[in-house]
Amino acid sequence: MSALAGTRVIELSHERTAWAGKLLADMGADVVLVEPPGGDATRAWPPFAGDVPGPERSLHWWHHQTSKRGIALDLDDARGRDVLRRLVSGADVLLEGEPPGRLGAQGLDPADLAALRPELVMASITPFGREGPRRDEPATDLTLLAAGGPVWSCGYDDHALPPVRGLGGQAAHIGGHYAVLAVLTALLHRAASGEGQHVDVSLYAAANVTTEMASYHWLVQRTTVQRQTGRHAMEFQTLPTQIRCADGRHVCTGVPPRRRAEFARLVAWLESLGIDELAFPELVFLRRGAERDVDFAQIGVDDEVTAIFAAAREAMNLAASRLPAHEFFLGAQRNAGIPVGVIHSPEEAFEDEHFRARGFQVEVAHPELGRSVRYPGAPWRFEKTPWRISRRAPRLGEHTEEVLSAAGIAREEIAALRAAGVLGRAAPEAGA
Amino acid sequence: MAKALARFRICDFTGQLAGAGATKWLAAFGAEVIRIEDPATQGRWDILRSMPPFVDERRGVDFGGGFNNHNVEKLGLTLNLRTERGRELLAEIVKRSDVVAENFASGVMERLGFGYARLRELRPDVVYVSNCVFGHVGPYAAFKTWGPIVQAVCGLTFTSGLPDREPAGWGYSYMDHTGGMAMAIAILLALLHRERTGEGQWVDLACTEAGLALHGPAILDWTVNGRPTRRPGSPHANRSESPPMAPHGIYPARGDDEWVAIACRSDAEFAALAGVVAAPWAREARFAALAGRLAAQDELDALVAGWTREREKQAAAGALRAVGIPAAPVARPQERIDGDPTTAAWGLWPTVHHAKMGDVRVDGLPVHLSKTDWELHRGGPCVGEHTELVLGRLLGLSPDDVAKLRAEGVV
Repeated sequence: MSALAGTRVIELSHERTAWAGKLLADMGADVVLVEPPGGDATRAWPPFAGDVPGPERSLHWWHHQTSKRGIALDLDDARGRDVLRRLVSGADVLLEGEPPGRLGAQGLDPADLAALRPELVMASITPFGREGPRRDEPATDLTLLAAGGPVWSCGYDDHALPPVRGLGGQAAHIGGHYAVLAVLTALLHRAASGEGQHVDVSLYAAANVTTEMASYHWLVQRTTVQRQTGRHAMEFQTLPTQIRCADGRHVCTGVPPRRRAEFARLVAWLESLGIDELAFPELVFLRRGAERDVDFAQIGVDDEVTAIFAAAREAMNLAASRLPAHEFFLGAQRNAGIPVGVIHSPEEAFEDEHFRARGFQVEVAHPELGRSVRYPGAPWRFEKTPWRISRRAPRLGEHTEEVLSAAGIAREEIAALRAAGVLGRAAPEAGA
Repeated sequence: MAKALARFRICDFTGQLAGAGATKWLAAFGAEVIRIEDPATQGRWDILRSMPPFVDERRGVDFGGGFNNHNVEKLGLTLNLRTERGRELLAEIVKRSDVVAENFASGVMERLGFGYARLRELRPDVVYVSNCVFGHVGPYAAFKTWGPIVQAVCGLTFTSGLPDREPAGWGYSYMDHTGGMAMAIAILLALLHRERTGEGQWVDLACTEAGLALHGPAILDWTVNGRPTRRPGSPHANRSESPPMAPHGIYPARGDDEWVAIACRSDAEFAALAGVVAAPWAREARFAALAGRLAAQDELDALVAGWTREREKQAAAGALRAVGIPAAPVARPQERIDGDPTTAAWGLWPTVHHAKMGDVRVDGLPVHLSKTDWELHRGGPCVGEHTELVLGRLLGLSPDDVAKLRAEGVV
């Protein structure tokens, strides 16, 4: 059984709703994706399978639309809007990311739909919210993350270099997470009260409250954090935590040993790497650390503590210079018990033994290609209601007849709608 | 306003941001969230309790500004689980809780004597959500971790950088925010399932997997096309390949460390940009179409930077936005918090009242629900602030009973 089995979601296809829709769909909601007859714009986003462009080949599309069914429907046509109203009248949730004002002009505002279906939970995901002076400003992932705070905190020690916007379309991910939280909260309210409601999600607001210290240091003490390479932005310069290893790849460190037993394990690990007093005279300080607990508040006060701390950092750099990043990571963790993270690229993380062992890689059948494809798997492990990709992303209009029939629309009417162009062309044949 | 989650009680062992952020959401919508903390260490397992920022430089376990930010509207109870009586009291609280939430390292709840099997004995339909870096099973389950390791291992650090340089990473614990959201989503999903079926469950959340799921197209590019993200010239995080846009970047503006982000989505927008820039290069035919601009991105970026460098970031962004091009200054915290009235108008920085810190502004929520919106009024709990209240209201203990427990070191 799935957590959202029987929950009917209508998603007006948009780059801003795709992630929220996928989260619900992979947890078992019946998500019907409504695309314009020409297809959603993100179908044209690279990369493409085999690097061959085509509306059914975008890997962005494949990833974000799993477990959904898709229909093509022209909402610029009154007949298309009528079909949407009929679908909504049987739905639990409507997700939309339309520019503010567009649905209102079509008679599909939250109030219109609430009148039609009081139990409906409708969520709007827009750059600045549905109201307010900025609601019509043009925006993208880059500009939202720049205006909303994340970019200010990311980049390099060298401030002649620009700050950096992390990849992956994170503005929509942040907003999508908040949208799902709000939808589920509204569904729990509905379960007790019977009433639906509207949820207004602002991507800009979402970025603003997702910057950790940058915001709350200003709110509490009116100080401004500054970006630093590979570590937290802070008001002052901190010591580097990112180390380059023998293979040119990097690891993330940052929490030095402080207990006797931890120093003893560090010394043993270094010795196993052939790092002795001859190669590393400061080993003597680590041996001292293995004899006494180190209070890091004493760094810069107590000479021996300062030397022990410095030696631990030096030892990590030396070990890193002798080992490839992944070996360093495993050695530091397994032998020395030191918190270290290897800096994986996404594909390296995907192939890592830990995630493979946890079953993170899942196979999704692509019948048209005659094979299955490995996808990223569950963000969480539910004991009773497992996450699951139930189907690959829908082809344009793939489920139009099926969904409309189930909504009680007669075969003749469907044919008439199609003839009028409201449903686009018939779904493409496999392989097209 | 009605509270959507008022009927739920959360027995909350979470801390830091990755855990506390999850239960903050629940508390904001009216759930009764009871933080269980150790009286012996004054709740210092959550290091944010005594970490800066501080109001007026006042320090101590009840003054951590980050702790307050993440724990608004929660109740604070201390219980010494090393004592028999402390464990008995916790058992009684678990029996009365819908959810047990924690983000300890894997194995800690077992050692405390409250692993999932025990929780279920106490409360058969309990929703138990654990949240740690690598999850409770798998080869790395026992690894030691802290926040930035999540981002390093799951690919987010790597994909935030400029070409041919070391990773820049995320200058904050983005995955603590995201892990907290994933945890809260898991709790709500499990509650919905329980309401329909009466069945509780355990959700094992590994923050690294929640992070890996954020790189879907890059991973499919690998599994379908065999193209790795680690390749020469990649990542180039301020550019956009999906969808392809040029110019697209973060450009210097007039002043010290001032920058402006520009994303030109189409040929029409580039023509509009050319009109604003009004320089001969912008009218060159080779830049008129996307393919030409993509082929000459380095040169184009330098030309755009030449224009932005002479202008205030607000003015540059405003001129481009006026013709429909997405553009925004890279905002300092104060510029978006106090300098942009729309964030305050959203209610994004509510003032809460903290028992010792006084009135403090905190992060609000980026959503509004038309019938059951969130509310944040009370600051994060001081250590043991609500011990008497919770033990009295929930377990019927008298002030004398609690005084005795206090003398025995149980609370």
